[in-house]
Amino acid sequence: MKAFEYVGATSVDQAVKALTPGSAPLAGGTDLINRMKDYVTSPERVVYLNDVKELAGISGDAASGVTILAGTRLAEILASEVVKSAYPALWQTTSEVATPQIRNMASLGGNLFQHPRCWYYRSGFGLVPKTTDGKHMLREGDNRYAAIFMTDGDALYVHPSSLAVPLIALGAKATLVGPEGERTVEVEELYKVPTSNSESPFATKPGEILKSVTIPASKGKNASYEARHKQAHDWPLVMASVNLTFSGETVSDARVVVYGVAPVPWRSKAAEEAIKDKVITVESARSAGEAAAAGAKPLSMNGFKVSMLKTVITRALCTSAGNKYWEA
Amino acid sequence: MKIQMNVNGQERILDVPPLRRLIDILREDMGLVAAKIGCGEGECGACNVLVDGEAVSACLIPAVQIDGCRIVTLEGLATSNDDALAALHGAFLEHDASQCGACIPGIVMTCRGMFDDLRNRRPSEAEVRGLLAGHLCRCTGYEAIVRGILKWLEMKSEP
Repeated sequence: MKAFEYVGATSVDQAVKALTPGSAPLAGGTDLINRMKDYVTSPERVVYLNDVKELAGISGDAASGVTILAGTRLAEILASEVVKSAYPALWQTTSEVATPQIRNMASLGGNLFQHPRCWYYRSGFGLVPKTTDGKHMLREGDNRYAAIFMTDGDALYVHPSSLAVPLIALGAKATLVGPEGERTVEVEELYKVPTSNSESPFATKPGEILKSVTIPASKGKNASYEARHKQAHDWPLVMASVNLTFSGETVSDARVVVYGVAPVPWRSKAAEEAIKDKVITVESARSAGEAAAAGAKPLSMNGFKVSMLKTVITRALCTSAGNKYWEA
Repeated sequence: MKIQMNVNGQERILDVPPLRRLIDILREDMGLVAAKIGCGEGECGACNVLVDGEAVSACLIPAVQIDGCRIVTLEGLATSNDDALAALHGAFLEHDASQCGACIPGIVMTCRGMFDDLRNRRPSEAEVRGLLAGHLCRCTGYEAIVRGILKWLEMKSEP
């Protein structure tokens, strides 16, 4: 890795002041350190955040909402009774991130701001990887894990943060802190789609870091379902998180967000519309999955993700209703 | 930068580059070679050590993160007259859990790190496999390792 300047921050204020252009914040280090070793990211300055005590912890309850500070370890999120009982969509997804050792190290903020796993990106060709004669490496090359939505554009990688998906489904808000002070945005507003290698996949302003994520009170049912190659130690192939509120037995409001299909967490408005005003049954859940797949444009090697998309939405909806029919 | 840490019960002060990996500090600067360098990316678990009691991958931990921490390596366990470790050793021997042995130090650290939690409940085989999710055994000897750990936990839950 390239030489860099090191700053150990002990307060948010110090961290923000130290994060000048060309700097990278370091918390758990499970993504940044690997990127630095591979020369994918070569910051001039590294600002260490783990000693910032005001950035770690979970507070609140299911009735008023829960705030998770950005430096909180994933293992601490898993140990939270309120997360487990009120936000199973988030708990389940957290329990499937990487490995126990990584979850002891990795932070919520680091998960949300990890860089994509696209192998062309990780090999140094950028988020919009092109050959010298202008061919798109993912479109023309091995794109088995790439996006199936937004594929008319040039960002064909998939968004890497699995925790962003349940958080968006749950309507969570992110509080950022930077040189101009604090601001609060929807979690989905943390991300954008780059059109060239000089653009960032994050919609944060220079010098901003994540301070906390606040999940609103849990009013209905929520669940996640993942399809993956390996039981552990890997990112999901495709995953869906659903958050439903009910009027009697019927769904009055639905959020359906999908991982692994687009360069941002993919909100499926089509699936949300399809399940609204319905009772959750295997049939209605399947219809929502079918609706979500309309408009998908897979690349040459990832058509399988369209079937997975339908399945994970169906199963996430059925899980929220307590019907794990596939395990019977 | 100067860092201070407690390694296997001894206070140490070292002057190291801020991003020198813990695994290199242990193996090269201190001669503690039980933790292995496998993948170097936090995938294989061969470099597992306990930092403040939690199992973590020493290949991903820069020096800055361990300033003021308590580190325990397998060498530290082996000299600490540890009944739980002796029982795990016995169970692994009985089930031939170690083949080439490269993954075993890391697995022992994970088991020892989780011991207090495991002692209070009898985890299922599936949970034990989940516990081992951060370890790769390239001899693919997982069955014997899982059987060894289940046997160890059986011994520990007896009065």
